[in-house]
Amino acid sequence: MKPDKALIFELSRPGRVAYSLPECDVPELGAASVIPADMLRAKPAELPEVYEVDVIRHYTELSRRNFGVDNGFYPLGSCTMKYNPKLNEDVARFPGFAKIHPYQPESSVQGALELLHTLQSDLAALTGMDGVTLQPAAGAHGEWTGLMLIRAYHESRGERRTKVIVPDSSHGTNPASAAVAGFETVTLKSDERGMVDLEALKAAVDGDTAALMLTNPSTLGLFEERIVEIADIVHEAGGLLYYDGANSNAIMGIARPGDMGFDVVHLNLHKTMSTPHGGGGPGAGPVGVKSKLLPFLPVPTVGKRADGTFYWDGDRPQSIGRVKAYCGNFGILVRAYAYIRTYGPEGLRRVSECAVLNANYMMHRLAPYFDVAFPGVCKHEFVLSGKRLKAFGVRTLDVAKRLLDFGCHPPTIYFPLNVEESMMIEPTETESKETLDAFIDAMIRIAQEAETDPQLVLNAPYTTIVKRLDEATAARKPVLNCSCG
Amino acid sequence: MSEVREGLAYSREHEWAEKRGEKLVRAGITDYAQSLLGDIVFVELPEPGTVVAAGDSVGSIESVKTVSELYSPVGGTVTAVNESLVDRPELVNGEPYDGGWMIEVELDGDVEEAFEGLLTAEGYREHLA
Repeated sequence: MKPDKALIFELSRPGRVAYSLPECDVPELGAASVIPADMLRAKPAELPEVYEVDVIRHYTELSRRNFGVDNGFYPLGSCTMKYNPKLNEDVARFPGFAKIHPYQPESSVQGALELLHTLQSDLAALTGMDGVTLQPAAGAHGEWTGLMLIRAYHESRGERRTKVIVPDSSHGTNPASAAVAGFETVTLKSDERGMVDLEALKAAVDGDTAALMLTNPSTLGLFEERIVEIADIVHEAGGLLYYDGANSNAIMGIARPGDMGFDVVHLNLHKTMSTPHGGGGPGAGPVGVKSKLLPFLPVPTVGKRADGTFYWDGDRPQSIGRVKAYCGNFGILVRAYAYIRTYGPEGLRRVSECAVLNANYMMHRLAPYFDVAFPGVCKHEFVLSGKRLKAFGVRTLDVAKRLLDFGCHPPTIYFPLNVEESMMIEPTETESKETLDAFIDAMIRIAQEAETDPQLVLNAPYTTIVKRLDEATAARKPVLNCSCG
Repeated sequence: MSEVREGLAYSREHEWAEKRGEKLVRAGITDYAQSLLGDIVFVELPEPGTVVAAGDSVGSIESVKTVSELYSPVGGTVTAVNESLVDRPELVNGEPYDGGWMIEVELDGDVEEAFEGLLTAEGYREHLA
């Protein structure tokens, strides 16, 4: 593959086309005769003029430069980059799911409505909640929806609570969602093990506390064992508990947020339920709530009548309203449904057990070579510190770059912020022991290279299309224009 | 080891404050803070005239690793900001106590009072240890 790639615009030649259309057999109308003058372009759009084969080769080559779960190991901590079974894709393409329209009469889409209804119930059962909305289109959208539900709940009781508490180790989306939902965020310092500091929490809650947002397991991959006490502290102050489902791949079938005392939960279906990641979506971030918040759920949800038929249930006078057109990203919900049905309750529990086992295996084998940030048993992910390599002038960023030469995606680096030179590794359950060992061996080799030949690591990567990028200059002085003369 | 300059006052959030006049204080982030953030690529500073309380967020600092908030170590009115950081944010990495300064604040009270809640160089060294 060539290191430099021409842009599609640079391949353009005037007059070159992919298709020749037949002569028009109806009278032609000029655009100016049907479109108001102020909405017409002054000059034609500069679209690339290329052959079909040029388009295919161009984008096929670009696609080969992508790295995804289908190419190799992707232990990106906090992101749960598990393999997405292709069965999900087959099911989502069934004509009864792929070729329907949200405005069809209910009687003609009973199967699709049943799927949504079952998914609502399954996710409620899995999280220990009493009701679920499938509308939110992503995790952060779910967070925002959950916070709006919390606001509606407090307001229905005549209270105007203004503060949302987030731990300093929380995902950045938590304070961002709280701010967008109109709350003031209060950051809670973690204790030395990265857990919620109960004394600090007691000092932080008051009559203004709307909610505490928490992940469990925490961002550091540790189970928050004092969660019931934490819930009591927040509830006694009149606040609610919000569960960020980012880390639920560790606890399916083992522990439920609802039983821990959480009142609202969102799930990232692209993490836990193996729907596709990235590429701009679409995503899904369903939100589950305890019964006291049911009156506020977005409308419509899918209801089931006594005669066994399904319907759009919009009868919820205190609802916060719609948060997404139709019923959310239906195709993604179908994939999640297929995943849940494929595994069943026992299978989902095994998913979490294997995710935790894989993470502990990797942590144990890597412990002699890197500093484990929080020793002990981890859940589905763990945090290493690369600080001992600093003596050789090698930083975590360099380790990540060198990993590219071994065909692996690097782990999450420099997050969480409270661990020096951090690397956050999440293998997921879908990887074989051979894959885990290959990554571990690469990490051990890099640690040894850092000691014996640091320059080798500092100049990495060698096998990628572009070599080490100057990230600082790229961010400080970005060149955003392409001159295609 | 990160430099902790004598004669400055320090916040626990890793900002420094320097007395520049009876009621005038210059502030920035410490050498330790810049080393933790890594290459700084963008600094967002407040408009001169902004009234701040000690500990208020007055801007943000973006590095290749993360975005963090800039807190004013003292309260008062922002009278000047370091415009050269717009084009040369790397000054914060290279000379955090000199060319990398961020804001100047005119105090309501006097400097001694404003520095009461802050650490001395020695206190800040202990804070880092």
